[in-house]
Amino acid sequence: DIDDVGHKYYLELELEDVLDKDSTVNCTAEVLYHLGNKNIAPDVQFTLEGELKNTDEADNIFYNRVKSLEKELVAENIPDSHGNVPPEMEPIHLLAWVASGYVIWQNSTENTKFQLAQIKHVKQVKRTDEYLEFDYMILLHDMVSQEIIPWQMTVLWHPQHGVQVTQDSRQPKHASG
Amino acid sequence: DQVFHIVPETFQQVQHLQQLCSTLLLDLWKPQLPEDIRTGEDLHIRVPAPLVQAVKDSLDHHMISYKVLVPDLQKLVDQSMPKERSSHRQVPEGYIYTQYHPMEEIYQWMTQIQKNNSELVTQHYLGKTIENREMYYLQISQPSDKTKKIIWMDCGIHAREWISPAFCQWFVKEILQNYKSDPKISRFLQNLDLYVLPVLNIDGYIYSWEKDRLWRKNRSPHMNGTCYGTDLNRNFNSSWGSVGVSYNCSSEIFCGSGPESEPETRAVAQFIERKKSDILCYLTIHSYGQYILTPYGSTTKPPSNSEELMHVAEKAAAALMGKYGTSYKVGSTSLILYSNSGSSRDWAHMIGIPFSYTFELRDNGTHGFVLPVDQIQPTCEETM
Repeated sequence: DIDDVGHKYYLELELEDVLDKDSTVNCTAEVLYHLGNKNIAPDVQFTLEGELKNTDEADNIFYNRVKSLEKELVAENIPDSHGNVPPEMEPIHLLAWVASGYVIWQNSTENTKFQLAQIKHVKQVKRTDEYLEFDYMILLHDMVSQEIIPWQMTVLWHPQHGVQVTQDSRQPKHASG
Repeated sequence: DQVFHIVPETFQQVQHLQQLCSTLLLDLWKPQLPEDIRTGEDLHIRVPAPLVQAVKDSLDHHMISYKVLVPDLQKLVDQSMPKERSSHRQVPEGYIYTQYHPMEEIYQWMTQIQKNNSELVTQHYLGKTIENREMYYLQISQPSDKTKKIIWMDCGIHAREWISPAFCQWFVKEILQNYKSDPKISRFLQNLDLYVLPVLNIDGYIYSWEKDRLWRKNRSPHMNGTCYGTDLNRNFNSSWGSVGVSYNCSSEIFCGSGPESEPETRAVAQFIERKKSDILCYLTIHSYGQYILTPYGSTTKPPSNSEELMHVAEKAAAALMGKYGTSYKVGSTSLILYSNSGSSRDWAHMIGIPFSYTFELRDNGTHGFVLPVDQIQPTCEETM
């Protein structure tokens, strides 16, 4: 408890690579939830004890594949009802996961517990510059309220420049279908 | 047999591993030959079951760290082979337990299960859902002259938690396939009757197949049909409407117009109330989160037998973890998850059923409600 400021949490985490369960990195973090104004994202500081894997090769393969598509990429329901993700959609899925992490961070309080539940819809937006742009409609699940919240997010990505969420907005409940 | 994954760190370790492989004639999967073992490179070795402990001891002794890549090789092999017809026609032929099934198929499955195992299984009517569908439970009971205590298990109270009905079906199959050969199961059935309700929220489950995969509640209409669904696990008469609920139909945790307002809730509650003096244990299966939850959600005050409740739950979590390393958190709902009132688990305990648990199955949020089919088997096996 920090008087007049908020609540600070000190965390020791083990990060596990989703694509390689044996690959783990330790991490320490400090999270400060601000008192009062719930519209400010919590402050986060972290230190990684080790290095994250280099993913240049896979990144470039995906980048080139999408760049060379004739028509804009479009997809729905990732994963599908049975939990399946077609292999060629896996990078799109992972990208949404990362981007949703940003959205979740910006909207988290001590009374929320968000997870990405599903990508309802994703559409590529062609750009003239080197970036890839995707317009996502995702569903976030909040464990505490049990609500499923549709959320629109515009995601920019480039192998060397990383991920950016340039726009995001919470949608009314029946907007997803 | 197990397959180990090792990354040797020093030349000394490499030498030791080479020696181990040659002396014990271990099956090197990667690399092919002992002379190709290198520091910093992946090493995969298949170790026959009788040698597993000796190999582990040797690795520990030489401070070589390892991970078990495949804990049960035979199982993996069996899975990759096409299913053989077993000589015991006890379960419906061709029913695939590693897939999710729509309600129609689950109804048919129940009929078949009773038909094929009539000496042990009877199907019983429980009541009707709001959309007029019939609710049935299966009673697995070994004929005997003594009255037996009952273990009740219901699945699918929340529509989107598909792994839950999948588990109930798996559970029934496992019991029926193994009760003659497995001494634990056979002793179980000598002393206890099992009552299994594979899908409690039938209307909701069907809706999640046909219209909205992430639907949670039942399908009762409110506000002139402009809003649907009560959260059945907030609808029981246990501190109903007090905490962790919404009075608004549009919420996922809408507790209904009153305790037991929903026909599904009443069907289950009336039955359990009638049989309560014989019910030893009430289990309700949910997902996700990987928890074994004890009463209460409506208050942090511990139940009267809280030590015993925790002890049993902790043993269960340990056994579960022993299978595939999946870790489950154990504790009272209000302390480790969130507050909620009107849950079936709380209600069962409040009317006197000593052991009452909510299981939240896999996973931890990675896939959440949409658990891929390839996790059905490991989830069910470890929970078993």
